[in-house]
Amino acid sequence: MRKFSILLKQLIFCPSNIEKTKVIIDYLNDVDIEEAGYTVAALTNNLKFKHIKAYKVKQIIKSKVDSTLFDLSYDYVGDLADTISLIWNKKPKNSHKKYSFLEIITILNSNDLDLEKFVTDFLNNNNLDERWAFIKLLLGGFRIGASATFIKNTLAEYGRKNKDDIEKVWNGLSPPYLNLLKWLKDEGGYPKINLNETFHTMMLANSFDLNKDANKISPENHIAEYKWDGIRVQVLCENNTIKLYSRTGENISSSFPEITFNSRELVVLDGELLAGKNFIPQSFGELQKRINKKKPSKKLLDETSVFIRLYDILFFEGKDIRNENLIVRKQKLENFYSKYLLNNKFDISEIIPFSNFQQLEKIYKSLYKSKFKEGLMLKRKLSLYISGRKKNLWLKWKRAPKYIDAILMYAQRGHGKRSSFYSDFTFGVFDNNNIVPIAKAYSGYSDEELVKLDRFVRENTITSFGPVREVNKKLVVELAFDSMQKSNRHKSGIALRFPRFHRIRWDKPVNETLLLNEIKSEFIN
Amino acid sequence: MFIEALNAYIDPIKPVDKAIITHAHADHAKPNHNKVLATKDTINIMKIRYGENCAKKFQAIEYGEKININGLGITLYPAGHILGSAQVLLENKKNKVLITGDYKTKSDDTAQSFELVKTETLITEATFGLPIFKHPEPAEEIEKLLSSIKLFTNKCHIVGAYALGKAQRVISLLRKKGYDDIIYLHGAIEKITNYYLQRGIKLGKLKKVTKDDVHNLKGKIVIAPPSALKDKWVRKFPDVRYCLASGWMIIKQRVKQSKIELPLVISDHADWNELTNTILNSKAKKIWLTHGRTDALEYWCKKNNLNAMALYLKRDD
Repeated sequence: MRKFSILLKQLIFCPSNIEKTKVIIDYLNDVDIEEAGYTVAALTNNLKFKHIKAYKVKQIIKSKVDSTLFDLSYDYVGDLADTISLIWNKKPKNSHKKYSFLEIITILNSNDLDLEKFVTDFLNNNNLDERWAFIKLLLGGFRIGASATFIKNTLAEYGRKNKDDIEKVWNGLSPPYLNLLKWLKDEGGYPKINLNETFHTMMLANSFDLNKDANKISPENHIAEYKWDGIRVQVLCENNTIKLYSRTGENISSSFPEITFNSRELVVLDGELLAGKNFIPQSFGELQKRINKKKPSKKLLDETSVFIRLYDILFFEGKDIRNENLIVRKQKLENFYSKYLLNNKFDISEIIPFSNFQQLEKIYKSLYKSKFKEGLMLKRKLSLYISGRKKNLWLKWKRAPKYIDAILMYAQRGHGKRSSFYSDFTFGVFDNNNIVPIAKAYSGYSDEELVKLDRFVRENTITSFGPVREVNKKLVVELAFDSMQKSNRHKSGIALRFPRFHRIRWDKPVNETLLLNEIKSEFIN
Repeated sequence: MFIEALNAYIDPIKPVDKAIITHAHADHAKPNHNKVLATKDTINIMKIRYGENCAKKFQAIEYGEKININGLGITLYPAGHILGSAQVLLENKKNKVLITGDYKTKSDDTAQSFELVKTETLITEATFGLPIFKHPEPAEEIEKLLSSIKLFTNKCHIVGAYALGKAQRVISLLRKKGYDDIIYLHGAIEKITNYYLQRGIKLGKLKKVTKDDVHNLKGKIVIAPPSALKDKWVRKFPDVRYCLASGWMIIKQRVKQSKIELPLVISDHADWNELTNTILNSKAKKIWLTHGRTDALEYWCKKNNLNAMALYLKRDD
């Protein structure tokens, strides 16, 4: 447990990713393979103990320390591991037996675990950092500044392997990932996984940049499709059993019981789940009624129909065809569709014919007012299906953004390189005589502009609330955003999708900006 | 805080006619009062910070020296917080009220040691008034800084520490551990530190950091006010390890949020144990709580059958 706690502490206190990578690799080299595997599982949030719940742990602690003082402390600290490790007031005894990391994992997994006794004994016999790491291990949610993707990249670096190959098998493996680690250490072959039980991490697109990418697009090398505004899903079917996964790999089959088809051999499809009947899409707002409803009522099923518009096929007739190119895959998708999917729950995403880029641009511009088409997808014909966001294969060309002028209200310091700069901003617009917040933006400005913004914040601060500075409301920034929706959660009643800086209007007086009402009537239909 | 019988304020935040100042930190000692009563050190530091004429009249008293005004005895006792910091005891024949001001009971070679005073009413600070705050031994924390220098030999260690009190305490702790290299100072720390030197506190070889130094500070220690760590000032150092000496650094999420790489849990305030022990040992029958997390202490007092209430200081008074 000591090594694990030192690792966590080094990670949480380390702002540099390069150093974090080094710290993790040193750790993996230091501990034995099983310990390494469970740590990887913990850090990627894949280590779950089915008998352990946060509320139970809290209950145990509150029965051992003053519960009012615990609540006041937790309220102040905001992190359970910090609070518990600090409030525990017994000095550890050195005489007591210390469990190893692996013994702890075994005990936490065992069916006859006496959680209260075990937690109490552990807290009584270990120091502050170990207590802290123990509670993190117990409850997950590490918040130490190392995401699952970061850990996987680190593993690739550790084993000098391709991270796509890690991603391909990752979802089919489980803790303590011994086969994966052996392969990374060149002590074993590439891990085998159970394909029909596994979500295959999706291939994602990079953003299209008109200036850089336009001349690379040609009808010889690319196909164009619409980018539909629904949720990306993966459909798995084998032995006539279907599984539906969201982009993050969450099994959402039970929310969409009407999505069915029959295939004995393994098929994996990639598509967009949309609300609508007879393949006529409705807005994303309609689809939202169905998302997160684990057991939809019959009424809801009748009222809000869904269908899947297919983009791609990963497995066909039991075979992995991700290493075939896109044209071959699209052909196989057609074959499969005509053979199996003659029902009203699936259709195929149309391919937009074009003979030159100008034609594409025209189509792109016509999407400005569309409610369902978010933009265009430009995919290389020869692209293999590679998990993650591989460069130069698929490009998303999102609909032109919309713009509003907004007033800078609050600023907060950024992270990493920006940590001495005020770089995270909150903007508002006038609602009668008050300014109400409508968006947060922290991208879209240049380094030089950031220096100027930082100076503006420092020179115009009125008050500060913790790390947040409130500034004099006199700077107007033109924000770009993708779409605007009604929202009950925000005071302004609207929510912007992906707001970012477009231009800083040093020249523009705040009283020349649009009012909240005017903005609503212009952008919300 | 207004004392009616004296027509005087303790640590007023706006200029007043009569002020009793517990210590020279900026949120307690403001300039432009008419008359100031404080310890010699507090007055001297105020003069360094705000100028010789930052009040019309100064009256310095010794620790333990009782003066009488309007039938009320005033005595200052060492608070152990920083050099010159004082607790204020007010007494008449019937009653005794002790205002602790900011204090700590742990040892500190750069401040006069805290003296426990028995009283009937205790007005205590509560900065670290939660049971999660138990400050470790400062020597252990300083050891962490010393091992970091050995481990990260090419990094300049910038230690955030309040210019008055904390900075000098950190230097003194380093010297006590045998660190005898030059310690570099941010400009804002220099003047105050000179006063500590004048007062005979040994701090070893010190140097104000200049533009020419910034590239030659690998493996060296620079002491700077905490605000400087977030300021443009740090951008000129090529390879920095950010350290911060503060009681808050015991919370790891806090450390992460403030982007500190090496937290040093060194505080000039009483922790939970010191606060509760002082309350008990003062034998006070009434406890008033101010400055900080009062609700947990108030609850604790009541649970221990002590009469307690939180005192909220008005911003405009």
